[in-house]
Amino acid sequence: MTVTVNRTGGPGKAGVGSHVLEVRDLRVHYATPLGDVIAVNGVSLDVYEGETLGLVGESGCGKSTLAMSILRLVQPPGRIVSGQVLLLGTDLVKLSDSELRHVRWNQVALIPQGAMNSLNPVMRVKDQIGESIETHQGTRSRAELKERILRLLAMVGLPSRVYTMYPHELSGGMKQRVCIAMAIALTPSIIVADEPTSALDVVVQRVIAQTLLDVKRTLGVSMILIGHDMGLMAQLVDRIAVMYAGNIVEIAPVRDIFAEPLHPYTQLLLASIPSVKERKPLVVTEGLTHDLRRPPPGCIFQLRCPFVMDKCREVVPPLRELRPNHFAACHLY
Amino acid sequence: MSQPLLEVRDATKIYRGGFLRAGQQLAALQNFNLTIPEKPATITAIAGESGSGKTTLANLILGFISLTSGQILYRGQDISAMSPQQKLQYTRQVQAVFQDPYAVYNPFYRVKHIFDLVVKNFKLAPNNHAARELIEEALKMVGMRGEEVLEKYPHQLSGGQRQRMMVARAYLLRPSLIVADEPVSMVDASLRAMILDIMLKLREQQNISFLYITHDLSTAYQVCDDIYILYQGSIAEKGDTVRVIENPKHPYVQMLIESIPVPDPNQKWDTDVTLPSEEELLSHVDVGCRFYPRCPHRMERCLIKQPPLFQLDSSDHQAACYLYDPAVPSAQAQDEIVEKQAANKAG
Repeated sequence: MTVTVNRTGGPGKAGVGSHVLEVRDLRVHYATPLGDVIAVNGVSLDVYEGETLGLVGESGCGKSTLAMSILRLVQPPGRIVSGQVLLLGTDLVKLSDSELRHVRWNQVALIPQGAMNSLNPVMRVKDQIGESIETHQGTRSRAELKERILRLLAMVGLPSRVYTMYPHELSGGMKQRVCIAMAIALTPSIIVADEPTSALDVVVQRVIAQTLLDVKRTLGVSMILIGHDMGLMAQLVDRIAVMYAGNIVEIAPVRDIFAEPLHPYTQLLLASIPSVKERKPLVVTEGLTHDLRRPPPGCIFQLRCPFVMDKCREVVPPLRELRPNHFAACHLY
Repeated sequence: MSQPLLEVRDATKIYRGGFLRAGQQLAALQNFNLTIPEKPATITAIAGESGSGKTTLANLILGFISLTSGQILYRGQDISAMSPQQKLQYTRQVQAVFQDPYAVYNPFYRVKHIFDLVVKNFKLAPNNHAARELIEEALKMVGMRGEEVLEKYPHQLSGGQRQRMMVARAYLLRPSLIVADEPVSMVDASLRAMILDIMLKLREQQNISFLYITHDLSTAYQVCDDIYILYQGSIAEKGDTVRVIENPKHPYVQMLIESIPVPDPNQKWDTDVTLPSEEELLSHVDVGCRFYPRCPHRMERCLIKQPPLFQLDSSDHQAACYLYDPAVPSAQAQDEIVEKQAANKAG
């Protein structure tokens, strides 16, 4: 499934947005005794300057694997089989380990899943942030480092006394904000955030979401936001890419996808959002994804699709531009 | 009124500190009252953020931990004073479905093991054939078939399937109450509806009541009859789910509902929320309203005594907030809230 996505016009703004990240036909497999699990199956996508791209899909659809492979952090038995990850024109897949180390964190930062548990419990916040700066940019004077860290903390809305605190003294939301501060410490061009608000209470989630929006506004950094909460996506992102079983089935500006979801899976995803505005009947779907080791011929969604046709069982639907800037992979159109 | 199915009376559970923090106390649940009627079957939601005491309540009702003070009555019988015979009946009639559909299965056994255990322990069937029939019927209730799943190992099933099997296992015993502790929080969004639908079906057709424990107000809104919203171990607001969610009264509940992201890109959040500083949160409120440090409408009297539940209208919609104290109608505060709500709606 090779798709060349030619887009003019940045997300939600006029004029040509330049690419920060281009993923081309990326394939990631996990080796198992019974054959390779195809976690990412020839995915291509672009992220433009200053935009937030939401990556949604159910658990196991490969969204985290895709994110990790952008940073080349897929752990064995997983491996990048083929494809390109072009960050500002440099193919990360081809870089040597030492070259990659320069790119990571300097140009692309990660807020990992459950980020708040990724802080070192025996290091003060100042030392953790300081270390990430000094590892990548060399030793700094103490005064300069302190000023920088305090500025970062202020940017994510944390009081300056957090500077000398240990992670266990902070609440979940505050730890998450420390992680965001670390991610922006070296002003990267793009931040990959894997479910940055899961496991937080709604009120705290709201505060973190706002922090992410503020950071994006002040720094103009691009972001890939991974999640499954369509409500949160509606609030935070510019474009959404919907993933199903390792494939991107639809990608479009957020307003378009909510106004007119084209792919049956996206329709299902949107229909199953519980709302607090109106009490509506539940949309129940029988759903079982195929064995990811042996994808069926034709469309990957055929087993769950309510509109499945004969063609879907034979021919893989390509990702096509069905509306301006609105791509979907479905034979219905 | 006839005897309720389950009644929690003035329940308090205090955890005492471990050996490092001896002497420290934490009231996980405080003077909590709850009634689930015998008929008709209802789905009652217990909602709140982490640390609000909702799982403590589930564990108390299931008898995993015991109360510090208060009573839990099942059909009028105090569960802490039951004879072994009654206790057995109780554990049969009150079933549980837990949050994590991955952890409840033993990965070394085929999934039929969980059904076999139930059949054996409660002597449900005289022989294997009858047992299989019972199991098939329970699986049919949740939309599954025995030959498809029973011989499989847990890892071969999806999270949604496993959770449905847990409901089927509970249903096998024909319980009168199922305590479901976050049953859908680890199931994918597209499959959540199916679990919730099974709950509705069991309520309608089998007259099984549910205690649905959740942090997710939107799923509670979709399926529940009554709702109790907890804040740090006490009820902040309770009543008919639709009334409470559509017209929240307690400042905490208002803040909660406002924070739920709206799945509509054309309706972006416009107001700012700020968390109070950590000192304020940590300044422990021992006597007054526990929401005081975060409350936008806080008054002097909130620090003196914890507010009781005040009746809001003729229904059983109640909120624990002095803003609704009929004895001291603080007209100004009331107006403020009404204004704020109007502004929110307009915005």
